[in-house]
This record gives sequence, structure tokens and C-alpha cells, in this order.
Amino acid sequence: MRLEPIANPGLARSLGFPALALAATVLVASLLAALAGANPLLTLGLVIKGAAGSKFALLETLNRATPLIFTGLAIAVAFRAKLWNIGAEAQLYGGAIVTVVLGTSALSGMGGFALPVVALAAMVAGALILLGPVMLKTRFGVDEVVTTLLFNFIMLLLVSYLLEGPMKDPMGMGWPKSAPLDKALRLPRIATGLRLHWGFGLALIAAGVVWFVQTRTTLGYEMRAVGLNSQAARFAGIPVNLVLVKTALLSGGLAALAGFSEVAGLKGHLSLDLSPGFGYTGIIVAMLALLHPLGVVVTAIFVAGIFVGADSMSRAAGVPTYIADMLLATALLLMVLAIGLTKFRVVRG
Amino acid sequence: MSVLFDILLTASFWAAAVRIASPLIFATMGELICERAGVLNLGIEGIMVIGAFSGWMAVYLGMGLWGGVAVAMLAGMLFGLLHATLTVPFGLSQHVVGLGVTLLATSTSYFAYRLILPEVTSPPKIEPFQALEIPYLADIPLLGPALFAQTPLTYAAFAVVGLTALTLYRTPLGLAIRAAGESPQAVAAQGLSVTGLRMGAVIVGSGLMAVGGSFLTLSAFSSFFFEMVNGRGWICIALVVFGAWKPGKAMLGALLFAGFDALQIRLQQTPIGQIVPYQVFLMAPYILSILALILMSRRAQVPAALMVPFNKGER
Repeated sequence: MRLEPIANPGLARSLGFPALALAATVLVASLLAALAGANPLLTLGLVIKGAAGSKFALLETLNRATPLIFTGLAIAVAFRAKLWNIGAEAQLYGGAIVTVVLGTSALSGMGGFALPVVALAAMVAGALILLGPVMLKTRFGVDEVVTTLLFNFIMLLLVSYLLEGPMKDPMGMGWPKSAPLDKALRLPRIATGLRLHWGFGLALIAAGVVWFVQTRTTLGYEMRAVGLNSQAARFAGIPVNLVLVKTALLSGGLAALAGFSEVAGLKGHLSLDLSPGFGYTGIIVAMLALLHPLGVVVTAIFVAGIFVGADSMSRAAGVPTYIADMLLATALLLMVLAIGLTKFRVVRG
Repeated sequence: MSVLFDILLTASFWAAAVRIASPLIFATMGELICERAGVLNLGIEGIMVIGAFSGWMAVYLGMGLWGGVAVAMLAGMLFGLLHATLTVPFGLSQHVVGLGVTLLATSTSYFAYRLILPEVTSPPKIEPFQALEIPYLADIPLLGPALFAQTPLTYAAFAVVGLTALTLYRTPLGLAIRAAGESPQAVAAQGLSVTGLRMGAVIVGSGLMAVGGSFLTLSAFSSFFFEMVNGRGWICIALVVFGAWKPGKAMLGALLFAGFDALQIRLQQTPIGQIVPYQVFLMAPYILSILALILMSRRAQVPAALMVPFNKGER
């Protein structure tokens, strides 16, 4: 058995396989639900109802999608240049720390005008956190997968230290959480009465900006060239290492915005459970979107819907909520296979 | 300084170092075999989780301890088969597939745990492996308890290192595996199947990773906790690099690493631990791994075809 490249895959092939992958994922979901002793169709109905069955559910889904759009974009940008940033979790917390530090400082005297400053500072923090592993890659050839992964653990311990020490909320009744942000520095709701904050709007804007950078600028072209074939890119005179550094700054900054928006928009303070793995889920979001920045918005809402829907289904039907994680991992693997099959044909011999 | 000597002169420190190293040795050998054949297996973290979970669950449901180890190994091999199928014949991205396998294996463990034990707040305990003292040798001061009074799985870990080194360097199969990771074209020219060699290496390697995971539940602790693997898999990937893809060196790396880990736990109990926050001690293993990667990066002998998919008839 070997693989034969397909020069021009037809529409049936390039849409058919991803569609099959999604269908197979639904099948796996049904099997898992049946295994847990629930009616598969009923379970699926409960998931959809929990994710989009009411205005409240839908807004909950969009709120959950917001950090995933940011981390999904961060991963999509990096993976496009074959920069394996698995450390979005660390960058997210970096952004969150800076948001809390500035948001509880004298800066709050400036009111809402300080928000862009805080967002930018958070982005710088995230960018710097990714810059470390990328410099190790370009200078010493150290694989960034392992270093970015290890940074996630280091960062979480740093947050734990900060929350028990210097950043501990004196009014926190002993809970490890930070002091709340000044009210003036909270991201406002998009409309009064709606439980959706401007972090979601910012996420949509970010997706648009990333799309513009990737398709309409020289940097976007260089990032794709480095990702497709870094040797050829170097030969063509593209400064590969510089492009990787720029990609890292963009990717780390985007992931940090997830932390900024969760703190300033949703929670109002920093705690150790700020992110239930948004950095890792961002990888699934980005891959399901085929690394397309506008696709990331769609898949982030889809993935968030599965999590929110599974939470409410789990309470009603007694199927463990981890079914959502299993499904998404299955979807990821099947989608990677589907994309592979649109580019290659399996032949005997 | 005397604090340091006080710790280094206790037998319990050395015994702890060897104990902490055991799961890392299994998983590091597993990863090393995969990478020597040319496949980076980022499924390691999740495969260790499924090994820890399935081995423990098998024993909890009534199997013997060695039965639990076998179940863990089989579960690991199953996820290895999944990883190998996607990355070897289909040549898909080893990064993405590996992370996908980690997510799938981890969530499968958690899902199955909740399915079998829906209402438990604290996980039930099992009777873990007991230390097997080797007569006379275990009485050697300082190093006796470390080397000759461990659980059977620790002895097995060292046996696996020997077996891995022997297979890789002294058998035709080992030569073929190493060649598949260095120059797959040459292997194919010999009429051997690169696909078969690589898939076999990933499946066997994944089995070893899962046994490493099962050490945590069957030897070290007696229960399964969420997040109990806690990045050990990623550390093993760093250890493979640190050991320059050689079994003996990688084992020494794991022991050195475990030594530092055992040291930081003990330092927390000393006056130093009163001044330095405990999080700094917990960070040490991860920082050490990164430092090890930087140190070794210049001299590393990376298998030439690592992460390069092989497609017959293509150059």
C-alpha cells in the first residue's frame, strides 16, 4: 500500500471526506452514549438543546467560544508556519496575569480608556512567553513542542504562587484568587441585559485581522511559504527565522487575549481554574477549521456548543461529560485523516 | 550545605530516586524505540494516562497485579496502533496525530472512570505491588534499599533498558529499526517493510509507555487520580533527547532527573522550604527538562528520518 498524490482533488473529494469524518464522529458519539446506557438520539437532542435551545444557552455557548476563538487563532497562525505552539495555555495565563496586575493598579483611574493599554500589555506578555521557546528553536534547534508544553506546567505553578502570595485577594476568604478588577476596566456587555461581553466582539475583530494578515500581506505570504517548505523559503530569500519570530509574537499575543478577555470580560479576577484547557482545545478548533482564521470562529462556536451542550446533557441523561472531550479528539483525528485523503489516494503495491 | 548532605546520606533518598525514575524509564524507552524507527510519538502523555487507568481498573475489577500490567500494555498498544496507522501508512502530521492520541486516550480514561464509578468522590484503593527484597544485597548501606528492595516493576524497568539496548544494537531487527529511522530508502532497498518496522516500533513503544503509566497506580500510589501523570510524558520526550537516543544514557538521564525530583521534595521539608515557595520546587523538574534540552541540542544525534514520512517509490 502506498500513497499517490492527487494533483487537483475534485469538490466531491475535498468536501466528501471531511463530511464523512463528521458523520463518523456522530456515529462514535452515539455508540458512546449507548455504552453509557442512554438513548443516542435523545442524548444528541439534549446536547443540541443545551447548546442552542434557548437564548441563555446560546449566549453561554458564545461566551465559551470567545477564548476558544483566540486560542484557535493563535494555533492556526502558528501551525500555518509549522511553528508548533502547544503552549497557548501558558500564554493565556500570561495575558491574564498582566490584565489583573494592570487592572488593579493606578491605571484604573483612566477608566475605560485604559482597556486598550491593558489588552496590548497582555498581548506583549503572551508574545514574550512564546518568544522564549522560539528563540531556543532558532538559536539552538530545540524542538518547540516540548518546550512550549513544559512552559504550560511552569506557568500554572507561577499562577498558583502568585495567587497564594503577592496577588492574593485579601478579601478572598482564603480562596486562591486575585483581587477583582476595577469596575471601570471590565469589558462591557455587548447589549444591556445580554450575558455576552465585548470579548466576543474583539475575538471576531481578531479573526478578521488575522485573515487580512494571512491573505493580503507579505508577512502572511512568508508565513505560508515557511510552513510549506522552509528550505525552499530560505532559498527564495525569505528570512525564515525572522518570520518564525514574527509568527510567534502574533500567536502568543492572540493566545494572551484569551486570558485578557476571560478576566476582563467574564470572571473579573484571576483564579487557577480560569482556563479548563482552552489552550489545548484551541488545537482542535484550529485543525477542524483547516487553519483558516474565519473558519476558526465557526469551529470555536461549534466546539463550545459541544462542551456547553454536553454539560447540560450530562446532568439530564447521566452520560459522563468527558464524552465531549472524547468526541472532539475523535473529530480531530478523523479530520486530519480526511484532509490527508483529499490530497492523497491510497493505491496497492 | 549540610542540609544537602543530610539528605544525600539517607537511604530513603536514593530509594525514592529509583522509584520516581521507574515510570520514566519505561516510558522513555518506549518513546526512544518509536523515535529510533523515525516516529515522534506525542501520544505518550495520554498513553501513560490510559496505562495508569486501565491497569488500576483491571486490578480493581479482580485481576491480579501482573494482569493489570498486561491490560495496561494492551491498552497502550491499541492506542499505539491508532497512532501508527495514521502516521505511518497515511503519513499524517506526527505532531497533530500525537496530540490527538493524547487527548483521546486521556478523555477515554476519564470517561470510562466516570462510567464505571459514577458516584465516587475519592477513588477506591487497590493492594499495590509490595517491595521485593533481595536477600543480603538489600542490606548494603545507602544503595541497598535503592537497588535491591524495590517493587518488581522497578526491576522490570531496568530489564527493559537492557533488552532495548540489546535488541537495538545486537540483533538484525534492531539494525532494521534504527535504519528505518535513519535511511528508510536503504531499508526498502533491502526488501524490508519500512511501514511494518515503524508500525511495530510505535505499537511496542506505546505498550511500554502504558506500563510506565501503570507503575503510578500499581506500584507508586494505590489509586487513580485525574492529572496524576502531570506532564511526565512530555518530560520523557525531553529525556530521550537528553540521552542522545541511546537507551543507557536515557536511563541515566531518568535517574538523574528523578534524583533532583526526590531532592526537591526533601528540600521542601528543610529550612530552605520555609523561605522558598513550594511552587518553585515543583517547577524545578520542568525547568530542568528545558535546560537539558538546551544543553544537549548542540551534540544531539537526531535520527535523520525522524518525523519524515516514508512513501514507497518516492525519493
